[in-house]
Amino acid sequence: MAVGELFVIIISSMLVSNVVLSQFLGICPFLGVSKKVETAVGMGAAVTFVITIASAITYPIYYFILEPTGLAYLETIAFILIIAALVQFIEMVLKKFMPALHASLGVYLPLITTNCAVLGVALNNVTDYAGESFGIGFLYSVVRGLFTALGFLVAITIMASIRERNEHNDVPKSFQGTPIVLVTASLMAIAFCGFAGLV
Amino acid sequence: MNSCTERLKNGIITENPTFVMMLGMCPTLAVTSSAVNGLGMGLTTTAVLILSNVFISLLRKVIPDKVRIPAFIVIVATFVTLIQLLLQAYLPSLNKALGVYIPLIVVNCIILGRAEAYASKNPVLPSAFDGLGMGLGFTFGLTCIGICREILGAGAIFGHQFIPDDYHITFFVLAPGAFLVLSFLTAIQNKLKMPSATNVDNADSNIACGGNCASCVGNCSVANKGLVEAERAAEKAAAAKAKAEAAAKAKAAKEAKAKAEAEAKAKEAASDGKED
Repeated sequence: MAVGELFVIIISSMLVSNVVLSQFLGICPFLGVSKKVETAVGMGAAVTFVITIASAITYPIYYFILEPTGLAYLETIAFILIIAALVQFIEMVLKKFMPALHASLGVYLPLITTNCAVLGVALNNVTDYAGESFGIGFLYSVVRGLFTALGFLVAITIMASIRERNEHNDVPKSFQGTPIVLVTASLMAIAFCGFAGLV
Repeated sequence: MNSCTERLKNGIITENPTFVMMLGMCPTLAVTSSAVNGLGMGLTTTAVLILSNVFISLLRKVIPDKVRIPAFIVIVATFVTLIQLLLQAYLPSLNKALGVYIPLIVVNCIILGRAEAYASKNPVLPSAFDGLGMGLGFTFGLTCIGICREILGAGAIFGHQFIPDDYHITFFVLAPGAFLVLSFLTAIQNKLKMPSATNVDNADSNIACGGNCASCVGNCSVANKGLVEAERAAEKAAAAKAKAEAAAKAKAAKEAKAKAEAEAKAKEAASDGKED
């Protein structure tokens, strides 16, 4: 039962309700850091790292601290502080123990604290899986966090590839810059609508 | 009072967060599938903006400079939670329609931006009007986009349908329509050369990266990378210097020890000579 359910979570979080193109979370980095494939992949990887760890930490905190003490309404405050502290902590750990990884992801980490995708996924996890037992809820949360973030990575990488090609195209003057990027995003969103029948 | 009206005008027209500053793109795209949702989201954000601006302005001399951002986030998150509970109690349908985007007001850059740029430096009353002006500007932007999408996609304004079902372009109330409407908005601004974050540089921003999220191309990350690398090189140089110093010290100590030993030996030899 769990395997089928997991498969549904993977497909729906990565493709069907893609975090950027159908939930509109994390639009700023999606539009801002997608000019070059290299930086886009770096940003996507950093987001994947942070969202996965944040999902794994916020769910137990909700389940064991906020819910039993009747403080579930404090989830927004608690999660934003946890995420901010977590990002700082990850940066310190990476700097100390994995300098190579820090060199490639480090510059994107401070940008992620206020990325709404991280908070959005954490909040969605606790609302959707609050009724499950701890093991199942935790597993679902982590898997959903990981694949939502991979969906972000896929979307931002495709976006950056298209923008690199767009550089040399003859775009109408009024559409140069942000407008053509938004048209691209719109066409990508249409393509991702095609996944809607999968689950 | 003059500065208050100036703040209102600044928020609604001169620095309109949706049309001019291009801030808070996530809610702008996500909740404008109908005019009512846009209006609701705008007014909710306005309430949070006014309350957080007033509170931050009151505490501006108490909050230490180093921890001001976390302090602002906690204050904003508190008011967002408050407003969310009020919506749950009195407007459950709006709360359901806006869903997760209500708690996500915490990470809306308009609010932290106003706290950082205005409320933390100015007295309470102008800060309150700054919040009100910005909030109304945001509400106006969201409602306009919501009306456009609702007319095109559902043939209605504020839920009152006036175009028959056969002539709806459902595309516009779905996700891709949001991007397309916004792209046409920015294209029109480009064409008419209207002031907007998408076609002018925001040079007088006091945030290090320029604070212009909409037209940012990741330059700030690249610049940051340069800074980080410079910092790392400096650290390395400092470490090398410290090492060299330590080595020199050790050498000096060794030499001193050898000298002392030689002296002792000489003394010993001298005393030996004396004894003889």
